Amino acid sequence: MANDFIKLLGKKNLFIQGDEAVVYGALIANCRFFAGYPITPATEVAEGMAIWMPKLGGIYIQMEDEIASIAAVIGASCTGVKSMTATSGPGFSLMQECIGYACMAEIPCVIVNVQRGGPSTGQPTEAAQGDVMQAMWGTHGDHQVIALAPKSVQETLDLTIEAFNLSEDYRVPVILLLDAEIGHMREKVVLPEITDIRVEERVPATIGADKYRPYRTGFTRSSKVPEFAPFGSGYKTYVTGLTHDKRGFPVTTSAEVHEELVRRLIEKVHDDIDMIWYYESSFLEDAEIIVVSYGTTSRPAVSAVKMARKNDIKVGHVRLITIWPFNYEKMRNLLKNAHTIIVPEMNLGQMIHPIREIVERNTKVISAPKIGGAIHTPYEILKIIEGNKN
Amino acid sequence: MSFTSNSLIIEKYLRKDMLPTIFCTGCGIGSVMNFALRAIHDLNIDINKTVFVSGIGCSSRIPGYIYSDGLHSLHGRAIAYATGVKLANPELKVVVFTGDGDCGAIGGNHFLHAIRRNVDLTVISINNFTYGMTGGQVAPTTPLKSKTTTTPYGNIEYPIDLSMIAKVIGAPYVARWTTAHPVQCISSIKKALQRKGFSFVEVLSPCPTSYGRLNKMGTTLDMTKYFKESTINIKLYEKMLAEGKITDKIVIGEFVDIEKEDFNTKYKKFCSDLK
Amino acid sequence: MKAGIRISGFGGQGIILSGVIVGKAAVLDGFNVVQTQSYGPEARGGFTRSEVVISDEEIDYPKVESATVSIIMSQEAFFKYALRTKREGIIIYDPELIPDNRIEGNFKLAEINATRTASELGTKIVANIVMLGAFNEVCSLISKDAMIESIKDSIPKMLDLNLSAFEAGKKKVKIKT
Repeated sequence: MANDFIKLLGKKNLFIQGDEAVVYGALIANCRFFAGYPITPATEVAEGMAIWMPKLGGIYIQMEDEIASIAAVIGASCTGVKSMTATSGPGFSLMQECIGYACMAEIPCVIVNVQRGGPSTGQPTEAAQGDVMQAMWGTHGDHQVIALAPKSVQETLDLTIEAFNLSEDYRVPVILLLDAEIGHMREKVVLPEITDIRVEERVPATIGADKYRPYRTGFTRSSKVPEFAPFGSGYKTYVTGLTHDKRGFPVTTSAEVHEELVRRLIEKVHDDIDMIWYYESSFLEDAEIIVVSYGTTSRPAVSAVKMARKNDIKVGHVRLITIWPFNYEKMRNLLKNAHTIIVPEMNLGQMIHPIREIVERNTKVISAPKIGGAIHTPYEILKIIEGNKN
Repeated sequence: MSFTSNSLIIEKYLRKDMLPTIFCTGCGIGSVMNFALRAIHDLNIDINKTVFVSGIGCSSRIPGYIYSDGLHSLHGRAIAYATGVKLANPELKVVVFTGDGDCGAIGGNHFLHAIRRNVDLTVISINNFTYGMTGGQVAPTTPLKSKTTTTPYGNIEYPIDLSMIAKVIGAPYVARWTTAHPVQCISSIKKALQRKGFSFVEVLSPCPTSYGRLNKMGTTLDMTKYFKESTINIKLYEKMLAEGKITDKIVIGEFVDIEKEDFNTKYKKFCSDLK
Repeated sequence: MKAGIRISGFGGQGIILSGVIVGKAAVLDGFNVVQTQSYGPEARGGFTRSEVVISDEEIDYPKVESATVSIIMSQEAFFKYALRTKREGIIIYDPELIPDNRIEGNFKLAEINATRTASELGTKIVANIVMLGAFNEVCSLISKDAMIESIKDSIPKMLDLNLSAFEAGKKKVKIKT
């Protein structure tokens, strides 16, 4: 299958920034609607989209704020067009209400958050991983999003494509968590072979319009994800953020309807957790100490683990690629033989919480926080590893 | 205008399993929905290619009752959602129902910018001077001295004029009527639906339950009387101005009706120029 | 092989672009490359740094700790980064921008009057390219062909001027010991 963007770009070996890799990944995934608002360090995503979208017959629009951006993205997605926005902390905070809407109404969309130092306006040009908990819990009410955290520019491109796939597969907002470091970092990127790319398209409604119930499941797919009839296809779909029944109609005072809906919104993702929970591990066989990291922080973490191994320290590494939902069972298994878990993060300790929840009572879980903008040096992590060997 | 029976409108356009509506007795929102559907019917607009978008509030429930694609979005965001729908699929006719608070307060900025871009939307703003769904609080359109649950001693804030805002920012079609002017209102909605670009129809509508009750206009009849007595047609108003007379009545009528290239047309042109 | 190049100066000098050119050239030579940057909110003035890590293996840690080569274009950056160069590493600087360039340690020092050379060519803005010419002359990490290819790809406008700046840098750089 031909890919319009790869054809238009005309080259495969690139030296690009993380933010540009987001653009390329999205366009390869056939994203054809981008709405955004300038914000450091995510602006390069908008700039890239402004260059390419008009050449591909897609829409680029700079909205009046971040709320309008995600709102327009949801509106566009309702017509069946793959849609995305990109922002950083302050804008991500503004988007939260609409992210909840996309969860409730099951509108696929991709939200890129190139994290910077917070809270508030904080450090616009400096990297941080302070929005990890917000990505999961930022919008009100019970819900489940999917969040991915790449560690390199190449992986940013690959995971952007995957973000669209997961968003289409599960009809959930997928949040791609970069940080200022990776957003602005340039690396060699090789575009995937067209045959190697999985580009998932939305599953359309196939049932007759008269029998169509927008939120009934089990027709075109076996999962708890309903089929989708884009606006204008004659299915007359009503979409609301209110608690709704299978017809999509507001039913706001029935406990049964509410519980059935909200449980399904969560279960549709959790049922497949082993398929969508991506991770990487190394040196776990005999590891007594395990470093758990995600995103940019994984790079000094890997360096530190390799250095420690050279010094004969039995240390292993687990890197979370899918950070939400958190795979409790799998993580418990991966970490069960270690006496110490070290969690380096560019925040004062966020992902450490679910890890603390799953380890055995006598396992030591050590937070290795770093804030202010600089990423951990391998030596800083190595020192903690060395300080905890038996 | 040919006469179309209510039962035909109900049969053809309403989602009957959603009825009855949540609107109070005497509420004007149902009338405005009726006006809009009659306009659509008269123009023979393909309902399968029409999307009704709304925010939050009483008037924002309208899309739920119309048997078509509907997007009941978040408070204030209807126009931003609608912008996404229209840009992503220019073939769709996009009609926004929004209240005065939805459009003028929490969604004010989206209103300004959609007009600035001239997105091809028909925005019907139902102005009942109050926040009806939450029980009658002060709105940006509440007249001075009016009582609401949050201005128990009378409103001291100057109200905004949504139609004048639409006019000065450059909307190609702007009109304001009241539910006491059904014929004019339907005629304006028809013009709005046919006008490419951002068309805006503001309809003053009674909320006897909240606004009316607190301001000694507890029935629809009282409010209809108020609409008749306290409004003045733009043509008459301009004549008065020319004669040097002033009035504090609310001006109604058609304020703008011009041709202006819309966003989708401009975007399409500039994309083909790139190639 | 693993090398780190740190380019530093102030905003508006083309520090980040220089890092991009070096990085892209290293990719053309077949290396793995990571280029990162640090800058303040100002578009002009303010402190700017760009780092390029080049390796024939996978690069985990993306930052330069002790630089193999330091390319320095302001006095403040010299004070901050000259000493964060590896033993026997190369420090390339513009002595007219950095009058106080005394330094002790086992470094190879290379002087290039980049700003003046660029002005003589017609515009100060190509001073960074003069620096890159000097870099390519005193250090064999990256091939000349790749550097020129990368300049062509990165700054297609005013290509002749930039290529002259690059050649001038190569010719005029002086090694001090």
